[in-house]
Amino acid sequence: MKRVIAAATLLVALTLSGCGDPPKQGHGVYMLIDTSGTYTEELDKAAQIISFILSRLNPGDSFAVARIDTGSFSEKDIIAKVTFDDRPSIANQQKRQFQEAISEFVRTVSPARHTDITGGILQASQFLDEKDPGQKTILVFSDLAEDLDPEYRAARDQIQFDIVDFEVVALNVTKLRSDNIDPREYLLRLEDWQRRVELGGGRWRVINDLDALERILR
Amino acid sequence: MSFAEIFTTAPNTVVGWLIIAVIVIAIMYFMRVPAHRAILSLSRSLYKIFRIAAASLMHAEARMRDRNREVLLAAGLEEAERHLEREFERIDAAVTRDLSACPTVHRRMSEQITVVEEDHQESTNVPPAPPGWIDAVEAVANIPSKGDPMVANILEQIHKSLVKAQDDAINAYRDTVEERHKRLSGIKPYWRELHQLMGVVEKKVDSLLARTNIIDTKIEQYETVKKGTDQAVRRLSASSMKEFIVSVCVLCIAIGGAGVNFTLIARPLAEMVGGNTAVGGFQVNEVAALVIILIEIFMGLLFMESLRITRLFPLVGALPDKFRRLITYVSLSILSLLATFEAGLAYMREILLKDELATSALLRGGEALDTVATNEFVWITTTVQMGMGFVLPFALTMVAIPLEMFFASMRTLVGIVAAWSVRSLAVTLRAIGGSFRFLGEFLVNVYDAICAPPIWMERLVKSNIGAERKARNAKASNTTMREAL
Repeated sequence: MKRVIAAATLLVALTLSGCGDPPKQGHGVYMLIDTSGTYTEELDKAAQIISFILSRLNPGDSFAVARIDTGSFSEKDIIAKVTFDDRPSIANQQKRQFQEAISEFVRTVSPARHTDITGGILQASQFLDEKDPGQKTILVFSDLAEDLDPEYRAARDQIQFDIVDFEVVALNVTKLRSDNIDPREYLLRLEDWQRRVELGGGRWRVINDLDALERILR
Repeated sequence: MSFAEIFTTAPNTVVGWLIIAVIVIAIMYFMRVPAHRAILSLSRSLYKIFRIAAASLMHAEARMRDRNREVLLAAGLEEAERHLEREFERIDAAVTRDLSACPTVHRRMSEQITVVEEDHQESTNVPPAPPGWIDAVEAVANIPSKGDPMVANILEQIHKSLVKAQDDAINAYRDTVEERHKRLSGIKPYWRELHQLMGVVEKKVDSLLARTNIIDTKIEQYETVKKGTDQAVRRLSASSMKEFIVSVCVLCIAIGGAGVNFTLIARPLAEMVGGNTAVGGFQVNEVAALVIILIEIFMGLLFMESLRITRLFPLVGALPDKFRRLITYVSLSILSLLATFEAGLAYMREILLKDELATSALLRGGEALDTVATNEFVWITTTVQMGMGFVLPFALTMVAIPLEMFFASMRTLVGIVAAWSVRSLAVTLRAIGGSFRFLGEFLVNVYDAICAPPIWMERLVKSNIGAERKARNAKASNTTMREAL
């Protein structure tokens, strides 16, 4: 009898050990939009990308769009955020409302004086960590030229990202006038951001061809 | 040069190889007899082992064949019993339906016959009786008048009265005959009705006779199966194969239908149970859709079982008729309910699809929104989807029949395939065993071929020794003979 009980206990234990935590599901996307200087002229492209992403996200996925301005490590910079409902009809309604919010933002946005990309990425990582989806993607719609307020600079330089398993995708990284004079600056800028992202445990990609939007979400 | 050195250096030279060959051949020659024994005993052992294995497998195959035959005959017997039972049920229904009306028909026929008899009786042509006073008139008429006008006048009056009475009688007779004819004509419809009733009775009796012929055929088949003849077994095997193939084909069609059903309801179910959570790698709405389809199939099985169309669950068939009827009504009600739900879900699917298309169009920039909204033929697809959603659950009910056929024929087929496999294995083992026997003899011959030089030398030496011995013996015998002489 003892043997039978022991065998049953072992069987139950083995069965329970097979039932671990279910794998995380869903996709979390946080998009940072550069609103500094002349980059505001590119916002129509950003709206297109957002529409595309909305069409690709499914119920249960999370999406947030935030602006990059002087101090981007703030919830106030989030333009719209949503976690799509499990029910497809509600999710569709949420998508429409989200798109309306973005359209409104594009119409009314005013250029920021400084560009705090680091703060934006930190905010994005916090948001996505809270949502804890299966796949985390941070989209940075910017020329990647960080122009920090002197007040923020010292603190930002010391910050290292903790973005393990995150994918950071730089979108529409336009060349500045200075890049045209010395293209190495552009390449160095990209390399620097790749290094920072990979140092933090994330994966880095750059997509400048906006005709191939399918590659954004893999 | 040490022995070890020979082995390490010799192979590099031809001489070395020769030395090794000589040593090996010498060793093989000296070990020839025990080596032969070892090879032969090993080959014989392997041969026997494989033969025993093959024999036991053949035995198992024979048992499996017998068992398959028993199962096949039992299944065939059950099938024949079932057909007979069905036929008896049909004949019972026919008798109940047709012959229950027999007393009524009989009564109607009796009534018709009574009416016909009465009419016939009344139509009998009875000549009117002559008036009673005719003899008196005749007597008066015979009175001699002798020209007496009084008598002549009386006689004249009597004559007139007589003629008048005759006319009246003739008229009355004619009226009566006319009435008789009318009555006889009136009998016609009764005869026709009687003829029709007889026709109906004949038809019913013919139908019953036809049924009895079918029952005779079924009983013959039943007896053939009960006797367990080879012909019956062959017929049942062929029937099982055919049933298996047909059931597999029909089940494939049913799986296709279930797939369509699944597609219809999985998407809208996400509106109720959510479309993001996963259970065992499947989305919850997909699992829910699958569960609904399985419930429909189960209800269909119960429905078929309760009607005794299939016999997958003997317990249901053995239930009292009252409970069986209850199961029939309950399963049919649940099926209807699920079919209605599915029709609703199919409608919901169309709405969701439109909503999704509209959202996609909006996100793309609103170009396609109008196209989606103004498509006037959308109602056709909506109606078709709803119709399919309602009909498919009932269609899935029919899965019970091929499913029962599949399980029934699969047992036979698996038995046949298993017996065939075991037999093939036995033959293979037998062949391997035989090959080991010949391999042993072959190896002994190869061994002798390798040791051919020393064997040849041995024979040479033996023949020389034999010759010397013969010569010596001959010499000795010659000497003995000489001494004797």
